[in-house]
Amino acid sequence: MPDGRMAFLGDIYSIWLREMTRYVRARSRVITSLITPLLWLIIFGTGFSSALSVGGTGGSNYINFLAPGILGMVVLFTGMFSGMSVMFDKEFGFLKEILVAPVSRTSIVIGKALGGTTQGAIQGVLIFGLSYFIGVRISGTLGLAGAIVLILVTMFFIGMGFVGLGISIASRIENIEGFQVVMNLLVLPIFFLSGAFFPVTSLPAWMKALVDINPLAYGVDALRYAVTGLHSYALTTDLAVVVGFFVLMMIVGSILFRNVH
Amino acid sequence: MKAIETKDLVKRFEDVEAVKGINLEIEEGELFGLLGPNGAGKTTTISMLCTITNPTSGSASVFGHDVKKESSTVRGMIGIVFQDPSLDDNLTGKENLDFHGRLYKVPRNEIAGRINEVLELVELADKANVIVKKYSGGMKRRLEIARGLLHHPRVLFLDEPTLGLDPQTRLHIWEYIEKLNREKKITMILTTHYMDEADKLCDRIAIIDHGQIVAMDTPENLKHDVGGDVVTMTVPHGSEQLKTKLEQLEFVKSAQLVDGTLRLSVEKGETAIPIFMDVARQEGIAVPSIALHEPTLEDIFIKYTGREIRAQEAASGFAAYHGPGRR
Ligand SMILES: Nc1ncnc2c1ncn2[C@@H]1O[C@H](COP(=O)(O)OP(=O)(O)OP(=O)(O)O)[C@@H](O)[C@H]1O
Ligand SMILES: [Mg+2]
Repeated sequence: MPDGRMAFLGDIYSIWLREMTRYVRARSRVITSLITPLLWLIIFGTGFSSALSVGGTGGSNYINFLAPGILGMVVLFTGMFSGMSVMFDKEFGFLKEILVAPVSRTSIVIGKALGGTTQGAIQGVLIFGLSYFIGVRISGTLGLAGAIVLILVTMFFIGMGFVGLGISIASRIENIEGFQVVMNLLVLPIFFLSGAFFPVTSLPAWMKALVDINPLAYGVDALRYAVTGLHSYALTTDLAVVVGFFVLMMIVGSILFRNVH
Repeated sequence: MKAIETKDLVKRFEDVEAVKGINLEIEEGELFGLLGPNGAGKTTTISMLCTITNPTSGSASVFGHDVKKESSTVRGMIGIVFQDPSLDDNLTGKENLDFHGRLYKVPRNEIAGRINEVLELVELADKANVIVKKYSGGMKRRLEIARGLLHHPRVLFLDEPTLGLDPQTRLHIWEYIEKLNREKKITMILTTHYMDEADKLCDRIAIIDHGQIVAMDTPENLKHDVGGDVVTMTVPHGSEQLKTKLEQLEFVKSAQLVDGTLRLSVEKGETAIPIFMDVARQEGIAVPSIALHEPTLEDIFIKYTGREIRAQEAASGFAAYHGPGRR
């Protein structure tokens, strides 16, 4: 039914448009959200570069190694936060306006996910652009255009996945306080165990196991492959996992969101 | 086909049964009022009809479509002005309306005109591009009403639409509600605590108390049922004795004591007043004022809900329970 499909796409667009209008309006928040990852990159990047070069392992490339990890972090944080904004909609009553409208629950989830992913991508691109000035260079084997395509594709899938995860969680927790708990208990471990800071190939087995079940690890790995040519998993594995994560989270998010009230 | 039909509709929350078996039949084009004290179950009933809350048992349908099984069809036919705030504070008034228009598939070439029309109606045209965060409470309320009217639904639910609005705005909104109802044949279900509003607008009224319908008819018939005259006396504290005495008079049909006012429903007010004054004097009670009027909707409301609520409040000391709502 093409009519229904058009309406479905229109609904996704409407939801996305609202997310983006709110995003553009919160300009000061956008700027602060750029500062934190840049600080990570500058301080950790410079700090560890010099520490590692003292150790004599040629650490001058550490900042290049870290940059894709910071991209992954931006997508993770923006995505989860955007998914959890369902909580705020609930708190301020606006969710009722959306839920009572003739709009499928799936289109709401996809529209929100696209909104969060677009925001993450905009921030990622800005940070990556700025990181040029602190010495980050694309040096992989894909060439500049190939690397950019791989970066955008990877950011898209992990972004969508994490918004989906955020929506799933927001659909189950009742209050805003729960939000903080989940952020600390889930987001930080996902970030630290993603290989954003260190290579994951020579970790102790228990830690490696945790990294292996972390979808962000595969996202960061693909991003790192695009930027530096280094990788811990095969690129096909990376892509298969991030696409699988995206599909799974869209389905779970849609199912859980159906029971929100 | 009925616009709205419910059969033994029940909603139970963990500890309260908010709606206890409501049966309604509302015709297409009808302007139907739901009246009842705070916590009576009006909002819960509406939430079930507009698919936000699932009924615990019983059934409800909108133009023959079951609210539970065919919820998306129902959503396409209805509109609602919620009792509680439901605007996006970070968008402008116009953006809130535009978003609504998109969700409800208002044709894009009509949307600008419709937005202007409803904004004019609620006198917010000059605030269209201001962020809702900066609106006053009454302005937000007016924007919510404008939004509910934007997509010309077949059935419109209005949950205390004019709460907190100034009298002039209320009059405007009444006019527009009547006009939409008449010209666009939009069926409307309205809850309100303003008796004049219900009396003026509604074709039919159901009075709900403790989750049940206690009376349902046209405002005229409801008033007619009470019949005769209503005498209201201002009485001091502790006048229960007087009420009991007066109730026993054979020409007194009913009596309620609410907030220091004794309401007596009688055949002929002119002859009753002197007798009432005599009884009060015998009881040693000074009556500073006494008045006579034809029954209003307020008398009906108090007759069906007032006495019981007063008794319960006095017994449990839980006056706040029925206080000014949960907003
Ligand atoms: N989500 C909920 N969980 C538990 N109890 C609820 C919930 N919503 C409503 N109730 C209870 O159900 C009863 C009916 O509430 P409802 O909101 O339907 O009343 P109402 O008639 O709309 O009152 P008001 O005039 O104050 O708006 C009340 O006792 C209320 O406390
Ligand atoms: Mg209510």
